Amino acid sequence: MSEGTSTEGATAAAGAGAHRWPLWEVFVRSSRGLSHVHAGSLHAPDASMALRNARDLYTRRNEGVSIWVVPSDAIAASDPDSKGAFFESPQGKDYRHATYYTKSEGVKHL
Amino acid sequence: MARIVQPAGQPAPTNAPNAPDAPASNDAAGQANFDAIIAKDSRVEPKDWMPEAYRRSLVRQISQHAHSEIIGMQPEANWITRAPSLKRKSILMAKVQDEAGHGLYLYSAAETLGTTRDDMMDALVAGKARYSSIFNYPTVTWADMGAIGWMVDGAAICNQVPLCRASYGPYGRAMVRVCKEESFHQRQGFEILLELAHGTPEQKAMAQDAVNRWYAPSLMMFGPPDDDSPNSKQSMAWNIKRFSNDELRSRFVGMLAEQVKVLGLTLPDSEIRFNEDTKKWEYGPLDWEEFKEVLAGRGPCNAQRLERRRSAHEDGAWVREAAAAYHDKQLAKQAAEQKAAA
Ligand SMILES: [Fe+2]
Ligand SMILES: [Fe+2]
Repeated sequence: MSEGTSTEGATAAAGAGAHRWPLWEVFVRSSRGLSHVHAGSLHAPDASMALRNARDLYTRRNEGVSIWVVPSDAIAASDPDSKGAFFESPQGKDYRHATYYTKSEGVKHL
Repeated sequence: MARIVQPAGQPAPTNAPNAPDAPASNDAAGQANFDAIIAKDSRVEPKDWMPEAYRRSLVRQISQHAHSEIIGMQPEANWITRAPSLKRKSILMAKVQDEAGHGLYLYSAAETLGTTRDDMMDALVAGKARYSSIFNYPTVTWADMGAIGWMVDGAAICNQVPLCRASYGPYGRAMVRVCKEESFHQRQGFEILLELAHGTPEQKAMAQDAVNRWYAPSLMMFGPPDDDSPNSKQSMAWNIKRFSNDELRSRFVGMLAEQVKVLGLTLPDSEIRFNEDTKKWEYGPLDWEEFKEVLAGRGPCNAQRLERRRSAHEDGAWVREAAAAYHDKQLAKQAAEQKAAA
């Protein structure tokens, strides 16, 4: 498993060696109606092999009805260090939550 | 690297991140952030700043863990062709396949720390990497499949359940996946022993013999005693390890002591007892000299295991080359089609 490998894993894996297989991130839909969720990563020479490997590695016990594989280096990720700057501060924005509106307390079906 | 955001309206400290000092300041900010994550018992993720020693320690632990899963396939694969029934053969194949999967989850986790799969593989086949000493013992009877499932996978579970909460996110997540699969391993082993123990006198004796041989090595899977385990303290301070080797071993002995009664077998240790004062299970002395010998490469099967891994890797080279050649061919075909269409 390697969430967030998009930079580290990929750069590490893409080093020297002509036949080094690239890294793929695997997303599995566990049942109809649910989103695909990141399951982990694996190495494979191409997309169809990545799908087969993902099936063998992440769905040996009926864990999924659908799989996506994405080349790790195709994923753009936000910088974990810019937490404060990148993600809008929730401070003073309580009005985005239902709990902000207290006057209607006790009113049914609201 | 961490960016230091200066709160508005406050004077800049004298050691503000000016060019020459920048790396050190960034490290300091990274360290502070890391310390805060550990103090909150939160999780460190791959792109976070982390101390070099933390990274190195994780690479060592996770890659050794991955190697153990991969080498650990061999003692059991040894019995696939001789499993006593088609059902047992299917079960054993599923288990060995799971162990391969565990190795792959763990290699992926280690890769997020910046080490490559090939480097880890090379270190293993070159004999430069360590793996759990337990897999250097031979599997001489079918009952060993039972004893391994019950005791070796059992010890692994005791070790791995707390690792699901390891401070390094990818390691913890790999462990969650592994632990879900391990309980089947332990149960199928227990069942093998249970059936043998209720079989003919010869079968029962075979089960007892396997338990006798695997008992001490499985206890040693938790690592050296606490006073001889130099890395443990730091690992616990970093929230990687949650319990000491001796603590986990004592718990494990307690589980075995109860479960062995259900099997109608005995453990080869007359000193097992529950200490009412310390509330801990105690056991007889273990041969740590043997442990060190096996770990140093002088166990009964070390050379055989490495040689097998090496030859399997070499024998598979043509498959890897063929897959790469096929991929190149597909790319060339695509390019030619695009050119023709343009
Ligand atoms: Fe395993
Ligand atoms: Fe296992």
